[in-house]
Amino acid sequence: MPSPLDEAAVAAAVEQAMMAFKAASDLDELKTARLAHVGEKSPLSLANREIGKLAKEDKAAAGKIIGPARGRINQALAARTAELEAEREAQILVEEAVDVTAAPRRRRAGARHPLSTLQERVSDIFVGMGWEIAEGPEVESEWFNFDALNFKPDHPAREMQDTFFVEPPEAHLVLRTHTSPVQVRSMLERDLPVYVLCPGRTFRTDELDATHTPVFHQFEGLAVDKGLTMADLRGTLEHFSRQMFGAEAKIRLRPAYFPFTEPSAEMDIWHPGAKGGPRWIEWGGCGMVNPNVLRAAGIDPEVYSGFAFGMGIERTLMFRNDVPDMHDMIEGDVRFSQHFGMEI
Amino acid sequence: MRIPLSWLREYAQVPVDATAEDVMADLVTVGLEEEDVHRPSDSVSGPIVVGQVLDVVKEPQTNGKTINWCHVRVVPEGAEQTLTGDGIDPSGVQGIVCGAHNFEAGDKVVVTLPGAVLPGDFRITPRKTYGHTSAGMIASARELGIGDDHDGIIVLSRLGLDPEIGADAMALLGLTDEAAEINVTPDRGYCFSIRGVAREYALATGTSFTDPAAQVEVADASGEGYPVRLEDQAPVYGKPGCDRFVARAVRGVDASRPTPQWMASRLRLAGMRSISLVVDISNYVMLELGQPLHFYDVDKLQGPIVVRRANPGETLVTLDGKERKLSTEDLLITDDRGAVGLAGVMGGAETEVGDGTTNVLIESAHFDDVSMGRTRRRHKLPSEASKRNERGVDWEVADEAAQRAVDLLVELAGGTADTTATDAGTRPVPMVIDLPDGFASRLIGFDYSAEQIETALTGIGASIEQYDGGLRVTAPSWRPDLAIKEDLVEEIARLVGYDRIPATLPVAPPGRGLTRGQQQRRRVLQSLADAGLTEVLNYPFVSTEQNTTFGAPHTGTEVAAVKLANPISAEFGYLRTSLLPGLLETARRNHSRGFRDLALYEGGLVFLPGEKIGSEVLPPLGVKPSEEVLEELFAGIPEQPWHVGAVLTGHEAAPGAGFTPRAWEWSDAVDAALTVGDILGVELVVAQGEHQAFHPGRTAQLSLRTGEVVGYAGELHPKLLADLDLPARTAAMELNGEALFEAAADVIVAKPLSTFPLSTQDVALVVDSSVPAEAVREALREGAGELLEDIALFDVYSGTGIEPGKKSLAFGLRFRADDRTLTADEASAARAQGVELAAARCGAVQR
Repeated sequence: MPSPLDEAAVAAAVEQAMMAFKAASDLDELKTARLAHVGEKSPLSLANREIGKLAKEDKAAAGKIIGPARGRINQALAARTAELEAEREAQILVEEAVDVTAAPRRRRAGARHPLSTLQERVSDIFVGMGWEIAEGPEVESEWFNFDALNFKPDHPAREMQDTFFVEPPEAHLVLRTHTSPVQVRSMLERDLPVYVLCPGRTFRTDELDATHTPVFHQFEGLAVDKGLTMADLRGTLEHFSRQMFGAEAKIRLRPAYFPFTEPSAEMDIWHPGAKGGPRWIEWGGCGMVNPNVLRAAGIDPEVYSGFAFGMGIERTLMFRNDVPDMHDMIEGDVRFSQHFGMEI
Repeated sequence: MRIPLSWLREYAQVPVDATAEDVMADLVTVGLEEEDVHRPSDSVSGPIVVGQVLDVVKEPQTNGKTINWCHVRVVPEGAEQTLTGDGIDPSGVQGIVCGAHNFEAGDKVVVTLPGAVLPGDFRITPRKTYGHTSAGMIASARELGIGDDHDGIIVLSRLGLDPEIGADAMALLGLTDEAAEINVTPDRGYCFSIRGVAREYALATGTSFTDPAAQVEVADASGEGYPVRLEDQAPVYGKPGCDRFVARAVRGVDASRPTPQWMASRLRLAGMRSISLVVDISNYVMLELGQPLHFYDVDKLQGPIVVRRANPGETLVTLDGKERKLSTEDLLITDDRGAVGLAGVMGGAETEVGDGTTNVLIESAHFDDVSMGRTRRRHKLPSEASKRNERGVDWEVADEAAQRAVDLLVELAGGTADTTATDAGTRPVPMVIDLPDGFASRLIGFDYSAEQIETALTGIGASIEQYDGGLRVTAPSWRPDLAIKEDLVEEIARLVGYDRIPATLPVAPPGRGLTRGQQQRRRVLQSLADAGLTEVLNYPFVSTEQNTTFGAPHTGTEVAAVKLANPISAEFGYLRTSLLPGLLETARRNHSRGFRDLALYEGGLVFLPGEKIGSEVLPPLGVKPSEEVLEELFAGIPEQPWHVGAVLTGHEAAPGAGFTPRAWEWSDAVDAALTVGDILGVELVVAQGEHQAFHPGRTAQLSLRTGEVVGYAGELHPKLLADLDLPARTAAMELNGEALFEAAADVIVAKPLSTFPLSTQDVALVVDSSVPAEAVREALREGAGELLEDIALFDVYSGTGIEPGKKSLAFGLRFRADDRTLTADEASAARAQGVELAAARCGAVQR
């Protein structure tokens, strides 16, 4: 019987162990192979034990045979273990694969109303220019809504067919027909100079249709300072329009009439991104504040001048974001707001 | 205002080839906005010629009708037919079947030849009918789109016309003319006339203007005309209702004569129907000069004309046949019998001119614009006359307008003018305005030259003279809108061109940004969207029932609300006192459109009137009211706090693969309300509440620490939901945002953070079912003292192991000290103190 320490026998044991490791197709089989070839009963463990029985002078030589052999086997085992573990991990990941396209939406993002978002966007542009945002009540004194703005007592806009009056009409309260009364309040309440933007909800007795609504939104600007000119008005509008519609936007002024401004102008915007190609679009009214309006707020028109402008937010949304029908803006259909999300 | 180009060309240099679009493009630069184009030739095209009927053969048909088989000469005898094409007879005589019977052989008529197109894309072709080939049509006014008359075809002689055979009938009937329609702003009444627009056109194009008024030679009157007295007993704002009344008489008029084609077609293009020669003349002069005229049948007038205000109870039957109850503010034209016309607005039926009229009295008067506007509104009588009179008419043109009408009545109606004339009253004094040197340039920011200023001001008809330091400008009599120097600046700026105004950007003083309130509002609105809700904006119009239900927690409370005097719908005639009616209506609309999972919110004003509604005081314009008066105005304006509200119905999301969404419920509404508080850093105290709109057992009342109630949240009342057709369990909340904003700290002071270890303890307490968890939590917190860092309710249990009528509340307590590591005993002791207080206050027993 050959000695288990025989070089050939050791080599054979190593060879067998290697083959067994290689043959193991998973970690369980490898475990069996490990017990057989590295375990206490394995040929090399047994051979190792034989070394103790050897004569002192022979131990070193035997050790030189067994030691490297065990080293090779352990290395091979470690390598194969790593291989099989990697395989198993990869397999688990394959098994854990899901259909990512079937992910449920557990939490739905909410949405702002685009009229609100647009109003905030406009306000931010003016705040960036150092202006302030002024607000006022929606049920307003007739004096602030009309007289202070130089509407004569017989002006047609003051008729019930245009303006909502609060009962009784002799109480002289109206639903404000524009945000201009806030301009008057601003001039009364603030120190000069005044640079304010007045966004808000306004009312006129129109029936709801594709382009009209009895409840709508406006933003109006007012600047009162020494030496303000119509050129300043134009420059302000141009700056603003470029923030809203891009660097190519420009402003065109046409003579017009409003009781509260003199001179007055209709303002058209050159909208570079208009649906169907760039074009002029009627945007709002503007002009130099009528001296009577300044006087109503106790401001001396010989010392101060001012300009004012006003646009409809619904109208702006219609041509900026291509909303063809007013109904969509006022009916509260969630699809309308959700399409915009938090943006405009 | 519609401007026929042929008419405009008489007084302005309009290029021959200019279209209505070209004219409007020029007019818009001076402030007359383009509205529309009226061009008959867009829908009518030739050949349409004058023909003479040679013979008419009446052919009765089996259907009972009789048709006329006609031969019509369409080129002069001996001349050659130069037209060619299918159906054009080279002989110059067309065979035409005609169904009308109002003509006979020898009549000259309008023939639409094959190839012509009539309104409605009606193409004329030769066609076989009633056994003939009918090659063309003898046209009626209606078929040509120039009138309603379809009783028969046009017989030219009856229009006073005898043109050559073969002449172009389109030109003859004014079908080659076109009109530009412009929008006239209320300050520019003078542009409701060819005269005014021709002046503006000349100013816009830098060409010359011929004043039609200057073309009229006013006859020297000898002696007194028809007696007229101006006796306004109640002027409005101290201005007499009529300050000039010119009257002229023309006798022996043949009112039955036809209106000449040139006049009828211009009136038609200007948007007015041709009615009769006499009426047409009055309208024609009004359109040309801007002066409304009124014609009386002199023989129907009784005694002198007196212009005065109506007496109490007086009535008048106007031209439209309606009897009108008059106001003592209405200005009247009267004679001995009483009212014969609403001055400047509409005439009376009794003195109207008709076919039988032979003697005409022309009224050409100047009325007060305010008085005119009031009468028009009072009687809802918008007329061409009132439109001009209430904007202000040129007080100097009355003579010329009357004379122009006299001339036309003499020329066209065969009348004879009286040599006498009436000119009663005192015309207004023209407005004189001082324009300081440099003012226009200062206000506009453009350096206007003296020449530009003078050209503009004289161009509009003002007269100017230099004074030391500026120009003294006398406004023209047709521009009552010019009253202050800024008005003159607008004239200069628009005539030099608004496009010349440069752009400069003024620098505002350093601002403060958004106010705190504005920022708070934005954050609340944004945070609710971030939390998954969708913002909507609802009308504030509600019914009184809606306000009663949502505006007060307890039934039977009278809810003060703002009532509208003229609501769009009588049912929704009030302003909202709560956001919930609008939110629920919007939820219902979405629901009916198939959207069942909804989380909607709105921020907006509600309207809470106090005892005082408004003020009877209405201060004048152009003057700052006194502080007392301003106080009075402010005091009458209802409180309008900003609220935020939400409605939740259905599920928080749509179901997904492997995911069952949670249904919204009462607690989500409470959570949304608490979220608003968290966002603002305001602690909201939740208590079991009562509100008629909510489920009696599922209503949370939300208060500030001060005890002020700021809103409600919870499940809506099942009956209410059933009535609204909304699903059961729909939840809602509403908060007075303004109260929260005020409660928010101006500056939030930081708390030191202890980094010593946390000690957690749980406790389960059994209490009566009726005891609110919040009360137990509060007792635990108070009892546990300062060591308690946080406490949270994590379970509510009743059932097996718990006595009926009781519930078990499980709280998690977190203890931490600022200065040391707590021992378990310390934490337990603190917990025990909490439990003790909860036992004392709420009868809690530890499980």
